Amino acid sequence: MTKHSTLSRAEGWRRRAPLLPALLFTILVTQVPFLLTVYYSTHSWNLVRPGSWEFVGLQNYLYVFRDSQFREVAMNTVILIVGTVLISALLGLGLALLLNRSFRGRGVVRTLLITPFLITPVAGALLWKTAMFDPVFGIVNFVLQPFGVGNFAWVSQFPLATVMVDLIWRWTPFMMLLILAGLQSMPEDVLEAGRVDGAGPIALFRELTLPHLRRFIELGVVLGAIYLVNTFGAIYMMTSGGPGVESANLPFYIYQRAFLGFEVGQAAAMGVVTVAATIVIAMLALRLIFKSFMGAQEAA
Amino acid sequence: MTDPALSGDTTSATVRDTPVAGSAAQSRSSADETRPRQRARRKHRGAAVIWAVLAWLAALVFFFPVLWMVLTAFKYERAAYTDPPTLWFSPTLEQFQAVLASGVGTTLLNSAFATLVSTTCVLVLGIPAAFALSLRPVKKTKDVLFFFLSTKMLPIVAVIVPLYVIVNRIGLLDNIWTLIILYTGMNLPIAIWMMRSFFLEVPAELLEAASMDGASLWTAVRRVILPLVSPGIAATALICVIFSWNEFFFAVNLTAVRAQTAPVSLVGFITGEGLFWARLSAASTLAALPVVIAGWVAQNKLVRGLSFGAIK
Amino acid sequence: MRKSLRIYASLVAVACLALSGCAGAGALGSSAAKTVTIAMVSNPQMQDAIKLASHFEERHPGIDLKFVSLSENEARAKITVSTAMQSGQFDVVMVSNYETRMWAENGWLRDLSGYAANTPGYDVGDFVPSIRESLSYRGDMYSMPFYGESSFLMYRKDLFRKAGITMPEHPTWQQITSYAKKLHEPGNHVGICLRGKPGWGEVLAPLDTVINTFGGRWYDENWNARLDSPAVKRAVGFYVNLVRKYGEPSAATTGFAECGTQFSQGNAAMWYDATSAVSIVENPKSSRVADEVGYVAAPTVKTEHSNWLYTWSLGIPTASDNPDAAWEFISWVTSKDYIKLVGRKLGWSRVPPGSRMSTYEIPQYRKVSEDYAALTLQALRRADPENPTVKPVPYSGAQFLQIPEFQDLGTRVSQQISAAIAGKKSVAAALEQAQQYAEAVGKTYQEQP
Repeated sequence: MTKHSTLSRAEGWRRRAPLLPALLFTILVTQVPFLLTVYYSTHSWNLVRPGSWEFVGLQNYLYVFRDSQFREVAMNTVILIVGTVLISALLGLGLALLLNRSFRGRGVVRTLLITPFLITPVAGALLWKTAMFDPVFGIVNFVLQPFGVGNFAWVSQFPLATVMVDLIWRWTPFMMLLILAGLQSMPEDVLEAGRVDGAGPIALFRELTLPHLRRFIELGVVLGAIYLVNTFGAIYMMTSGGPGVESANLPFYIYQRAFLGFEVGQAAAMGVVTVAATIVIAMLALRLIFKSFMGAQEAA
Repeated sequence: MTDPALSGDTTSATVRDTPVAGSAAQSRSSADETRPRQRARRKHRGAAVIWAVLAWLAALVFFFPVLWMVLTAFKYERAAYTDPPTLWFSPTLEQFQAVLASGVGTTLLNSAFATLVSTTCVLVLGIPAAFALSLRPVKKTKDVLFFFLSTKMLPIVAVIVPLYVIVNRIGLLDNIWTLIILYTGMNLPIAIWMMRSFFLEVPAELLEAASMDGASLWTAVRRVILPLVSPGIAATALICVIFSWNEFFFAVNLTAVRAQTAPVSLVGFITGEGLFWARLSAASTLAALPVVIAGWVAQNKLVRGLSFGAIK
Repeated sequence: MRKSLRIYASLVAVACLALSGCAGAGALGSSAAKTVTIAMVSNPQMQDAIKLASHFEERHPGIDLKFVSLSENEARAKITVSTAMQSGQFDVVMVSNYETRMWAENGWLRDLSGYAANTPGYDVGDFVPSIRESLSYRGDMYSMPFYGESSFLMYRKDLFRKAGITMPEHPTWQQITSYAKKLHEPGNHVGICLRGKPGWGEVLAPLDTVINTFGGRWYDENWNARLDSPAVKRAVGFYVNLVRKYGEPSAATTGFAECGTQFSQGNAAMWYDATSAVSIVENPKSSRVADEVGYVAAPTVKTEHSNWLYTWSLGIPTASDNPDAAWEFISWVTSKDYIKLVGRKLGWSRVPPGSRMSTYEIPQYRKVSEDYAALTLQALRRADPENPTVKPVPYSGAQFLQIPEFQDLGTRVSQQISAAIAGKKSVAAALEQAQQYAEAVGKTYQEQP
């Protein structure tokens, strides 16, 4: 009996061993600072007022929940992520379908299309703000001139939307790549069989292609959302969160509280609230996604 | 090189799922269908041209901003900001010279160092972990995977102040190794997640068979498994490279002079006296170039790696 | 199997060793010389200083200079955090007259008076008096001015000539409005360019001088917030209205830099902003209107003058390890000789203005700056941060309030103003919200004995 259990324990450790360094490293790098954040969130601490360090319990959280701007910013964050992910996925699907047929210069087209995903985000955001959306010198207004658009100020009139344009421009190629990978892994004989069966192209797409692509699209949505939660550079460069807080998302707002307001306690409380909310939403979303991934894996 | 027959398994699964494919086996005589088929093919060709044109248009729309940035980098400052935009101009290398003279070289080196070392660290830590979560799974694999992914959900801004305090306390502010550690932590969860799905592609019997032959686990992994999953590892590495090279938030807050990276150096070109858009374009071009080229060169790997990973 | 573990463990160990081993060394390559790390704002004058740094290093072979230059907001955040946390990351920091006194009081900056007195030929008495005063705490200087600025109005002489308008030397804001109206030709040029970008250093700088000259104030003597007072409402309403009607498109995202581009590309007839803007509009390389710019005093309403006072200056954080080497650099870059060096090497129009009286005595500089030098100096001298408006105030500062909360308060208020400029909010609603923010800060001062 004892021998058996020690054996399996040894085996258990042998299996665990390759995992442990990564696990310990991740815990150390992500959880320790987070615990400190929780600790700070119960204190009043203004960096530029020496001697302001004081335990205040949950007062910072009260402040966060009373702050109407925080709610506005949280809403912006949701719009930003959901809007960007959905539109990029749709556009990505369209582009992937276009690229899935052979035509002259397909390689070049793909190369051009993936470039926005590779460009440094800071450079991309600057590019959109100055070269594209500038009301006087920008290309967008130049192109729209024949349609009667004068010196329209895109960034100040639609700040959140222009940030999203930059993000969609960056993430559509990523979605396209993923979905294209899905299309190319699609066995031709299945489609052929469907065709022989007399299914029209739309039916083929709906009944065969789309179900096959589902996992790829889901993967794209999850990965996209994960990275978009942390959107910072685009807002920082394009709108600084303004006018008002109209285009600020949670990371940017918290950054402002910490590095402009120097209210470390408040910023920490906002961080904790954000993390809690993100994890709840992410858990729900992930369960859905995981079901399809894990389900497939376990079935195989 | 490793186009595995394994995917056949999933293929048939897909077929079984779909109602239309039920009668796939039935074949028909095709003699009387030849003519309409030809017509269809001609019509097809017309459509194909339209699709190709559309694809090209889309590519140009997406690429245009980048092209414009590169063009602007070769302009004099006065030609960079005009209404209407200047298309024909006498090119100059003045902006690139100015950018290089201002020490962008060091920041590019810093970026390269942080990117390469952190990606190596991710692979060193991540491959065994992915292995332990797939081929020889530990108990509670799901929970561990969940934990890794949840750390990715953590908005990094929530921890920036504590990080600053810690890093300041141990004297690692403005040190490239700080970024390396953080980038490793930042990319590790996604890398493990991706690589795990590649490992799952490998049939467990393969590992068993190799172990049976008397090879140690390490040898078996190295000889049999790693070659099989190498496209996936390459794709993962590329993703890590892209994200660490382009990272801005940590870099802007935790570095200053010695460890400044390329994206942060761009902010320094926004002066209080105007945008100097041509010079900024030159700097942006230089900062973006390495990753763009790497991505272009390795795009096939990327597609293959992603598909390899997502099938399962 | 055990072998595999051992190999793997040693791999991890090597990686860790590499991490910890190199961590101590920091960045690649280091020399025996003392390194002075300087954090500055990436304005052109500072870029020039970086270019000329080799002259300093030649004369001080034992000192190695390292610069980090960042945009204003970024630099400010970084410098404040690193100084407040006593990180010792920087040996020289660029601060302004907003920070210097507060930081001196907190013990974050070194007293530089002793250093200055022991440096022959440095001549503290030569600094512009209002600037020197604004960088002093209890009679000692805690940072040394690199350049100073006030505010004035720039206008296009050619457009005014064509329209038959003569610009008075001391215009009122009412006059400016009527000129802006006449000269506003959308498509060609707008009437006036005014900042609208959020940020206490952006829209609030010109706006606060307008509030001051309309007789408004942020707080009364007892720290009661007065942003909802009729005077402030009138002033902000005036500003927002002016820029919305006759101002640049996209005003809510236009700051100093953007206005500079607009004006120097010929897209605005007037521009009310910092005196340091001359380096943009007078530079033939970037400006299309260099020969046609005229300058007059900042417009007023109720006050006699309405000037702001701002200076970028250099200080040494107390946490710095080598203050002596840091002082060597500061005393070089803020010296009379440095100004002459810039003139000789880079051109006299690039001299950092507004810090030293003697700058305005240099014949070559007088020649290039004859259009604006006298006016700049006059504006600097008239700026009175202690009595910025009609009624007394409990704070000091013309275009800012010298309290630590102002960075945050100002930013939030500026976001409201910006929203009003963008037309997303009424002026009344914006000021109502701003008043709430101001009240919260005012309360903490009322509670103090």
